[in-house]
Amino acid sequence: MSDNLGRIISTLLEGVPVTIQATLGGIALTIVLAFIAGLALLSKSRTVRVISRIYVEGFRGTSEMVQLFWLYFVLPALVGLQIVPLFAGILVLGLNHGAYGAEIVRGAVQSVPKAQYEGAVALSLGPFDRMRRVILPQAVVEMLPPFNNLFIQLLKSTALLYFISAHEITQKGEELRPALPMGDLTVIYAVELIIYLLLAIIITVVMRALERAGARRLGRKPPPRSKVFSSATAGGV
Amino acid sequence: MDWDWEYAIDSLPLLAEGILVTIELTVLGALLAYVLGLVFAMIRRVGVPVLSQFVYLFVEFIRSTPLLIQVFAFYYLLQPAIGVKLSPFLTGVIMLGVHYATYTSEVYRAGIEAIPKGQWEAARALSIPRGRVWTGVILPQAVPRVLPALGNYTISMFKETPLLLAIGVVDVLNSAKEAGAETFRVIEPYTLAGVFFLLVSYPASILVRKLERRVGTV
Repeated sequence: MSDNLGRIISTLLEGVPVTIQATLGGIALTIVLAFIAGLALLSKSRTVRVISRIYVEGFRGTSEMVQLFWLYFVLPALVGLQIVPLFAGILVLGLNHGAYGAEIVRGAVQSVPKAQYEGAVALSLGPFDRMRRVILPQAVVEMLPPFNNLFIQLLKSTALLYFISAHEITQKGEELRPALPMGDLTVIYAVELIIYLLLAIIITVVMRALERAGARRLGRKPPPRSKVFSSATAGGV
Repeated sequence: MDWDWEYAIDSLPLLAEGILVTIELTVLGALLAYVLGLVFAMIRRVGVPVLSQFVYLFVEFIRSTPLLIQVFAFYYLLQPAIGVKLSPFLTGVIMLGVHYATYTSEVYRAGIEAIPKGQWEAARALSIPRGRVWTGVILPQAVPRVLPALGNYTISMFKETPLLLAIGVVDVLNSAKEAGAETFRVIEPYTLAGVFFLLVSYPASILVRKLERRVGTV
């Protein structure tokens, strides 16, 4: 380790805000798309279901990297519109993980017992109120653990923004690399990995808090407070 | 710029070479992940002192950090540090295998935990040797049930291989990039690369779902 230490750390930290913006932007878009597409998968209309299914399978089936390259390199050639790297990144992260999230939303809504629908109908709630006041409050609690995994997956995917020069952590590190001796590379990668690990733990802490709050609101037993670390990392597909 | 069929067809041979590399990476990486993941799960289950804790931390750490950085660290830092120089392809296979082994180890763990305790007890009552308990009693019951989950992770890995272009692996996306660099036409090669991923992973995920219905999930 050497005198470069301070410079390395400060350069890497410059990338942190971009990584966080990409993560939060991606998560926001993921939630919106997951709910729209997930509820659309349960629609009575066949057309709506088919459109949603095409979105979900299309984005799950083609690689996230290909989507990123397509949006960033092909779209400008196609329509003459160059997208800012960070924005392109948020779009791809949101579109891709939104497709996975749609299945989470669909599954959670379907897991709400049928009696809850019947009860809501008996109380003569309309379809909208039925969903908003009876079904979703219960379904959302079921969604939180899988969404936790999905968000961590999304956080890890922000490293792909390196390929479109979005100046996030990974790229900052690779910019430093060529000029540095071997010993300093250890610092770069150790710091990078620790930053991602910390961000993953923050996501999990927030999601676990939401899970406990949600369980309390529904009058269920809150999940145990144990081991943030192990569930922080139960990354899914 | 419009879609040019002639150019699309011309770029196919180049893409085909990349497709082959992508498939090789996926197959070899997946095999490594299946084996290594089982080793991790067994070490944890048997509770080998020190090693077991080390595997736990290793798995948690690798799972929660980006594969891309792990690839960089392995290629630019670890290999020179221990004095080896592997090809980008081999580096890719190893890192895909190790990264996904941390996922598959959790899959195996769930599969092994799903085996009723009575099976272990019965095996011990019959004084079956420990190795035979694994190969003859536990794994034959656990492995079929974990196949769908292993299948899903294999599909994920397949879709993640393009990030290896960062260290110069010429996979399908990198081939598309090269085709585009030669001709300044990117629409066709990148779109075809996407179509290739869809053509493989969509049928594969349908197969996995069929398998799930047959053997259940863990």
